[in-house]
Amino acid sequence: MLTAEDKKLIQQIWGKLGGAEEEVGADALNRMFHSYPPTKTYFPHFDLSPGSDQVRGHGKKVVAALSNAIKNMDNLSQALSELSNLHAYNLRVDPPCFSLQFLSQCLQVSLATRLGKEYTPEVHSAVDKFMSAVASVLAEKYR
Amino acid sequence: MVHWSAEEKQLITSVWAKVNVEECGAEALARLLIVYPWTQRFFSDFGNLSSPTAIIGNPKVRAHGKKVLTSFGEAIKNLDNLKGTYSKLSELHCDKLHVDPENFRLLGDILVIVLAAHFTKDFTPACQATWQKLVGLVAHALARKYH
Repeated sequence: MLTAEDKKLIQQIWGKLGGAEEEVGADALNRMFHSYPPTKTYFPHFDLSPGSDQVRGHGKKVVAALSNAIKNMDNLSQALSELSNLHAYNLRVDPPCFSLQFLSQCLQVSLATRLGKEYTPEVHSAVDKFMSAVASVLAEKYR
Repeated sequence: MVHWSAEEKQLITSVWAKVNVEECGAEALARLLIVYPWTQRFFSDFGNLSSPTAIIGNPKVRAHGKKVLTSFGEAIKNLDNLKGTYSKLSELHCDKLHVDPENFRLLGDILVIVLAAHFTKDFTPACQATWQKLVGLVAHALARKYH
């Protein structure tokens, strides 16, 4: 469960990105495709080569959704409701915990490479819990 | 038989050469206990694990973290025989320690994040992919003798 302290840490750390959020999104996706090739199966229609505009564009979307979730941490279910429908009925990224776990890992690595020592154990814990909560909400309507 | 390309071996050894095994091991184990508090169940005789500060400063955590990562170093020297390298440890974790192998995967992912925070931009996607492959294989080798 996200504590008040967790929420504060997440907002702080997201604030530290200072405009680099989009880069983080694209970087996280690139890392995910590189480290977990099966995740590419969800993007057969994309050019997945390094620097791809489609990956950048999609990374931007993902980060915007996360930024919105961070602004609405007290009501993630509602904030992510449409995305939850999308993932459940259209995208059917399967199994939900599995693939989103890879994105969570890669997002965290991306954040850690940018923040270094500032990605403290407490921040790490908060972000991990947050991504877990996001994944849960996105998986809510699968069945 | 696992295949390691020359590039992968290079990415592993060049990163490892710069790792302080004691610091990195302590950090990785501390984060495991902080980020996934249920893992503390395996360390009930470690004393004070009541807060992140307590865990990070705990000498038993540091010592054990060093042990774990030193063993990792052995794997790196024996990339072509991870199963053999971890055979006895696998039996130990199953028969004596009763550790759910899922925890090996968690620790592996944490180690990757610790390396990322340490090496920052040098921890490229290619570097991460190689290390994710390594920690995955180590976790697999540790789980192999479970019954």
